[in-house]
Order: sequence, then structure tokens, then C-alpha cells
Amino acid sequence: MKVKEIARLLDARIVCGQEREDYSIDVAFASDLMSDVLTLKNDNVLLITGLANMQTIRTAEMSDIQCVVFARNKRVTPEMTTLAEDNDLVVLECRYSVFKTCGLLYQAGVEPIF
Amino acid sequence: MQFEYNVDGGNFTRAGFASSEIKKILKKLNVDIGIIKRTVVATYEGEVNIVAHAYSGTIYVDIDTERIRITLKDEGPGIPDIDQAMEEGYSTASSQVREMGFGAGMGLPNMKKNADEMQISSEVDKGTEVEIVMFLHNKE
Repeated sequence: MKVKEIARLLDARIVCGQEREDYSIDVAFASDLMSDVLTLKNDNVLLITGLANMQTIRTAEMSDIQCVVFARNKRVTPEMTTLAEDNDLVVLECRYSVFKTCGLLYQAGVEPIF
Repeated sequence: MQFEYNVDGGNFTRAGFASSEIKKILKKLNVDIGIIKRTVVATYEGEVNIVAHAYSGTIYVDIDTERIRITLKDEGPGIPDIDQAMEEGYSTASSQVREMGFGAGMGLPNMKKNADEMQISSEVDKGTEVEIVMFLHNKE
């Protein structure tokens, strides 16, 4: 699923990476525990999280995750945005809960990792 | 080729800076992307451990044509029982560390999973040294 489709489906705001709205994710993973994210081996993962801090962006960078959705109305700070831009990440903010975010994506055909 | 980076204990805003720099270097050297990912994930786990547990630390990077060797050396409380620390789920992390999305007792085990070789030594009240090696040719 492409970033622009994710944004439309979740009524989400693309905070940075607008120029990559045609980037396509293969699978999705939801976690607030970055340690779990760091164990993933897949490519083109969409991360859905309610944990909004610098380490979320760092974890995405280290794990080669290129698209992150911050659910539960969590706000991305300017510092996080700068770091995300430096790493060509696509970051979205969404007001839905993690549960609803995952439900909508799953219903639309996005596959889980396991 | 050798580099070193200082890591401040407790500075979560900066945690990951060294691992990020190492990732950039490995990309410039055209290292296989799978090896880069394993290297930076293991290094980042170690860097977060220094920030979470130690007072200060240094990450030493040594790259040659055969392998990448990363040594994470800290001054800190040390690990009394390394076997226990290597168990998945065992953690002594503070609530602050957990709020950052870590502290689930997965860091050291995940470093071991990602590295081709790993050695750990520690002295209580002095510090801990973790060395990871990634081979560039024969993936193990």
C-alpha cells in the first residue's frame, strides 16, 4: 500500500516525506516497544506506534523502516521531524487509536509480519 | 579504518547518534545492506545500553577488508551476572528507559542474534565491554 493511500485511509497528516507519497509498504507492525521493532528482519515495514520520541525515529532509521504512523494523536516534535527528514523517513500523524489504525489497514489488505 | 564515538550516560536525546554515523560510513563503503542492518541494530542496542545503564562510554569501530569490529566500552555499574543479563526478559532498566521504548531485557540477546561473534566482559562498579564482530564475506 502506498503512503498516499495510507494517509487517505487513516485521515492522517503527512508530517514529512510528502515527496515520497508513492513509496509502498509491504507489511505492517504495531508496537510501543522499540526493542521488539529492532528484532524485525522484513523490508518495507510500516511501523504504527503511540510512542513519540527521538528513539522511535532512531529505531526506524536503524531498522531500515521508511514509514512511521504515530497514532493516538501523538505529536511529532520539530526535533523528531528534522531527524526523520535527515533519514528520508515518511512520518504521519493520525488521531485514531493504534487498534483502529491497525484495523483499518488490515481491512484494506495490509499484511502483518507474523 | 578506525573511528571512535563518545556516548553520554543518561542522554536519551542523543542516543543513536554514534550508530547513525556508523551506518553512514558503512553505506559509503558499499557494505552489503543486510550486514549494515545487523551491524547498526546491534550497535544501537549497545549504545542504548550505555545510555541506559552507564555513566559514559566509548564506541570503537575497526573496519578492514574481512570484518567490522565494534567495541562498546563503558564506565558504569557493571553486570554482576552476565549469564542472567543475556537471558531474554531480564532487565534492570529504570522506568525512564522503559518510557523510551526499551528496557524489556532484549538488548544483549538481540545483539548476539545480529552479530557473527560477540564477547562480553564486565567488572562490578567499573564497567562493561561488549565486542561484536561482523564478517564481510562469509555470512554466518
